[in-house]
Amino acid sequence: MSEKTYSILIVGVGGQGVILASELLSEAAMNAGLDVKKSEVHGMSQRGGVVSSHVRFGKKVYSPLIPAGSADVVLAFEAAEGLRWAGQVKNDGLLVVNTQRIIPPVAFTREYDYPDDPIGEAVKCAARVRPIDGQGIALRLGNVKAVNTVLLGAISGELPISGDIWEAVIKRRVPRGTEEINLAAFRAGIEAVKSEAAV
Amino acid sequence: MGKIKQLPEIKEPTRMLLSGNEAIALGAREAGVYFASAYPGTPSTEILETFARLPGVIAQWAPNEKVAFETGIGAALAGARTMVCMKHVGVNVAMDPLMTFAYTGTVAGFVLVSADDPEMHSSQNEQDNRILARFAKIPMLEPSDSREAHDFFKLAMAISEKFETPVMLRVTTRISHAKGIVELETWPVPDVGGFKRDPDRFVMVPEYARRRHHEVESRLAQLRSFSEKMPINRAEPGQGAIGIVTGGISYQHVREIMPGAKIFKVGMSNPMPLDSIRKFAGTVDRLIVVEELEPYYEEQINAAGIKCEGKRFFPVEGELNPEIVARGLHEAGVLDDHLPRLHPVDVDVLPRPPVLCSGCPHRTVFSALKKIKADVFGDIGCYTLGALKPLNALHTCICMGASIGMASGVQQVGGSRHPVVAVIGDSTFLHSGMTGLLDAVYNKVPVTIIILDNRATAMTGGQQHPGTGHTLQGEETFAVDYVELARALGVKNIHSIDAYDLDNVIKVVKETTSSGEPSVILTSRPCMLYPVKKQPEPYKVVLDVCNGCGACIRIGCPSIITIDETTEKGLHKVEIDPETCTGCRLCVQVCPVDCIIPVSESEVEVVQE
Repeated sequence: MSEKTYSILIVGVGGQGVILASELLSEAAMNAGLDVKKSEVHGMSQRGGVVSSHVRFGKKVYSPLIPAGSADVVLAFEAAEGLRWAGQVKNDGLLVVNTQRIIPPVAFTREYDYPDDPIGEAVKCAARVRPIDGQGIALRLGNVKAVNTVLLGAISGELPISGDIWEAVIKRRVPRGTEEINLAAFRAGIEAVKSEAAV
Repeated sequence: MGKIKQLPEIKEPTRMLLSGNEAIALGAREAGVYFASAYPGTPSTEILETFARLPGVIAQWAPNEKVAFETGIGAALAGARTMVCMKHVGVNVAMDPLMTFAYTGTVAGFVLVSADDPEMHSSQNEQDNRILARFAKIPMLEPSDSREAHDFFKLAMAISEKFETPVMLRVTTRISHAKGIVELETWPVPDVGGFKRDPDRFVMVPEYARRRHHEVESRLAQLRSFSEKMPINRAEPGQGAIGIVTGGISYQHVREIMPGAKIFKVGMSNPMPLDSIRKFAGTVDRLIVVEELEPYYEEQINAAGIKCEGKRFFPVEGELNPEIVARGLHEAGVLDDHLPRLHPVDVDVLPRPPVLCSGCPHRTVFSALKKIKADVFGDIGCYTLGALKPLNALHTCICMGASIGMASGVQQVGGSRHPVVAVIGDSTFLHSGMTGLLDAVYNKVPVTIIILDNRATAMTGGQQHPGTGHTLQGEETFAVDYVELARALGVKNIHSIDAYDLDNVIKVVKETTSSGEPSVILTSRPCMLYPVKKQPEPYKVVLDVCNGCGACIRIGCPSIITIDETTEKGLHKVEIDPETCTGCRLCVQVCPVDCIIPVSESEVEVVQE
């Protein structure tokens, strides 16, 4: 087993499913025989705030927080959040960003502007950026809620966790009756990240 | 709702990925805890929510932390192992019984879990409760991850029974809400020994209390030598001539940055193992202390005549993280190469402050208070968000229950030219509002108190309380009647109104604030999230009529968005998100041109056409 500690930062807006995604990732890493720590802050998450979850795994993990600028992967569920956290990606790391935009009320009172091209700007901050139309892919599969598993599929190629382990965790953790659609979503995420060119 | 859904019993040793809070709950069950009480508060809430689901125990919400603590004392003196849990500021509320329970001591084991919130992720201050354990002269353990949270709880229970004292298990947000792998064991059958009278010990009148204080001091002396021998206080071998003293989450950050460092890890931090630290200091040239918040270790180590440095390099404010620890160690000259940099690109993305939910009944009340330009004294809960833009309709927030007393104080000195109103949530009112209301009646203060009754402890996740009719473990129970309660406290002017009726809220508040007597307004509508998320009942904007005035934008509803289409004057029109609009009708009531209608009606029109 390698000594490397993997650091995955999952970010988004309250209600998008960031916490569930980090749960699935943590459980998969544990089932792969790795030490795991994960940290996020509860409290404001259901009220439109920014949600970020740190997931770390490897032979032995100390801090539950990812040291600044050293994430192997940042997975952003929302475009502007992809930009906000892009600087946390390490030099040769990967930013996978869902193209969905969620515009907060502060943008409607003209106090702040939502960025015109958040993904374009994120490219300046992170070495490898992969935009994914998670909503579009999940909708085509018949359940927009499967965007979670699409995005996990999209980052899975970077991680030392086998497909079998992933599939077992997904089957166990998603709502009953949605297992097949979520497995299909996970596989679609793997394909999407291969086919959609890096920006 | 019926009985709470129980978790399966642990029948053989198992490994699980658990949050610190879950680990504490399971550690408590393994330690034979039979009774637990708490008041919800971030980051402590999930401890009791998890414990309540374990078969074979009693777990309950108390109206406040003081009551939780006192019921806990009773259970422990009756011979049942006990846990009480609260956030850091909750311990302030429980401080009165805590200080004297330290004198009587306990019969069965008693563990107080204090969950502190460095960085104030969801709190009004970031006090360091390690100081309170020392002040109360009780032992304290500080776990540094989920595994230790579980293991240390069991140790805390053993220490509590060995020394007949309450013990504090002190955790922080990054312990409570971080997950890690925990080894679980099987459960004992909890035992209740029964209450045995012992007035010399349990009746703290001066004569007996003096003797007990002596007991406390001799117990502390024994605990000091016990702490020196505790394996959780240990020197971890490493390289170099520098030694680092650390504990809690800070230990993990230090190990992250310097995996090979010589570390003295503090696990039991009251009393401090000062002799062991002195011995450790003798093996190094220089001693650095890394701890979050106050210089709790540092001051005691220095006071013992052991030279060390700490807060010179590390902040007192906020939580630590690997980056801050690395910077401090670098400044101290301990670390040569700095950590990976923060990314050089300066990214400035718009903020996402938390907002009241779509359809939240508090929004209408704040819109009314803003309209009449009231000075609004606020309290602790979701409704504190009424202070934020664009509502700006709440003007103070100190602690649980403070709204009523503060509004009364302002009125007593004639300190406001505006209508004076206290706003307080249902759970907060039952926690600490009743005595403030009694004070207002007794002292004849002309103050208006609005109880925002959304039938849940919403901010912490919708927990039950004495006004909801259900207990933590899902049994039906009496639900307090706020009108009857206010009447019994002597309030004459009481109004029970619909939180969604803007004009009526304005009318009634105007009336009570000019009535010259203490008044209570109960505004009732359920929370949008709890116990079940409200399904959309959307309204829509008739764009041909919308004049772009922005009145609906200024209520700060996350379902209302401006669009590119403009009026002839160039004002942006608005749309309503049909996925999230719950149909509260506040925007309908503020719209001057009546262009907001139910989606269902508009569909009927289409069919008729």
